[in-house]
Amino acid sequence: MSSFLTYLINGISLGSVYAIIALGYTMVYGIAKMLNFAHGDVIMVGGYTVFVVCSTMGMPPLVGILAAVIVCTVLGVTIERIAYKPLREASSLSVLITAIGVSYFLQNAALIIFGADTKSFQSVIHVPSLSLMGGQVTVSGETLVTILSCAVILLALTTFINRTKTGQAMLAVSEDKGAATLMGINVNRTIAVTFAIGSALAAIAGVLLCSSYPVLSSTTGAMPGIKAFTAAVFGGIGSIPGALIGGIAMGVIENLSKAYISSQLSDAIVFSVLIIVLLVRPTGLLGKQIQEKV
Amino acid sequence: MENILEVKDLNVYYGVIHAIKDISFHVGKGEIVTLIGANGAGKTTTLQTVTGLIPARSGKVTYEGKDISKTPGYKLVGQGIAHVPEGRRVFADLSVYQNLMLGAFTRKDKAETEQTLQMVYDRFPRLLERKEQRAGTLSGGEQQMLAMGRALMSKPRLMLLDEPSMGLSPIYVNEIFDIIQKINADGVTVLLVEQNANKALAIANRAYVLETGKIVLEGDAHELMENPQVKAAYLSE
Repeated sequence: MSSFLTYLINGISLGSVYAIIALGYTMVYGIAKMLNFAHGDVIMVGGYTVFVVCSTMGMPPLVGILAAVIVCTVLGVTIERIAYKPLREASSLSVLITAIGVSYFLQNAALIIFGADTKSFQSVIHVPSLSLMGGQVTVSGETLVTILSCAVILLALTTFINRTKTGQAMLAVSEDKGAATLMGINVNRTIAVTFAIGSALAAIAGVLLCSSYPVLSSTTGAMPGIKAFTAAVFGGIGSIPGALIGGIAMGVIENLSKAYISSQLSDAIVFSVLIIVLLVRPTGLLGKQIQEKV
Repeated sequence: MENILEVKDLNVYYGVIHAIKDISFHVGKGEIVTLIGANGAGKTTTLQTVTGLIPARSGKVTYEGKDISKTPGYKLVGQGIAHVPEGRRVFADLSVYQNLMLGAFTRKDKAETEQTLQMVYDRFPRLLERKEQRAGTLSGGEQQMLAMGRALMSKPRLMLLDEPSMGLSPIYVNEIFDIIQKINADGVTVLLVEQNANKALAIANRAYVLETGKIVLEGDAHELMENPQVKAAYLSE
């Protein structure tokens, strides 16, 4: 029982990281109608930024986290401006291939700058671990902070979208760019803001991920990126609560199948569940049923 | 009369198709001017070019004395032009209230925006009744009212209406044309694109007839109603 709880809590924590990354995927998809496959690699850039600022330069953790958020936000907006904005009217396939290109570019740039050997990342989270049920279950500080961060981010994001003009503009743009323009909304600016938010979230995900799984290489972001993308599809791409539910579900299924079935098969099990869900609900758990009004 | 909008020698292409050919027209301050014509004559394209949604190949659009030919579409709302698009284009997943507030997106004056909202609710009581409802669940007529109310939220001086009566039941059609006249009586200039030439000519001051991207007739709306050519082509008895 106690070991099950430990696996479950660690699964929720891993799922929280997936959820934070999935939020970036789902928001960008909702608003720019594109799959930003370079999103996962922004996580890696966030990880390296903290590594350089904290481990190499010896600055305090908060400075490192702030630097990662700033670097990733600027990077995200720059990628959108240079690589995706010129393709606004192009076919979605061109945009998809460009995104994959950006992904390889970031990975190889990191390879050139930091070399091929993996770096060991020192956790920037210094929170004592929590003992539950009379010491039978121990929850690490990293796990606690990760779950808490996810909750805070979701709350803040929901409030931002529902309460601010920019948030409402994002909803309008995601539904109808032309009509949004007629409201006086600058669609390009709104898309840039979305990329900024998504990339800042990727930076935070990078910090949390590297603190729990402390190895850093140029492909660190790739697998979590793909899994978070899967989580976004699982929950219903374009839906913010969907990203949360999809992320947590992915994390929990992955961790429990690692513990009870097979650690080698865990990814296969996760993706099988995705396939089954999509067979039953092609738009994901909370995805909109596509209705074309004639 | 002072012109609020002047369009001169406008040419628009879709690829190689010459959709709008040397169109010139003007809208006087306080008028209701209508562009009538068959499907595909270029009425919607003309409106979309005026509000910057489609780029013009050549020509000049002047609004309140300023050249707006190169102004990006989203900036025109703040300058007093509201465009109610064909097919209403309400934000179906958002509530009626959210839709209306998006209409006031460019406004910073909170108290006055609240007044405008009350004014819109007075004009369209059904929107007040349904303010928490998702816009996608409204009927076609209610969506048209929402689209017009949303446009009024920006406090426009010029309102462009694209086929507001399309697909509506006759009762709603009459109501919509009534409301257009009331909006105009409140001081908003109206440029109306319609296929329902009967109704449009009845409320307009002046009219232009478009055929395959060209203006073929223009003049006083009531005189055009008596014009045998117009009668034969566009007016049903």
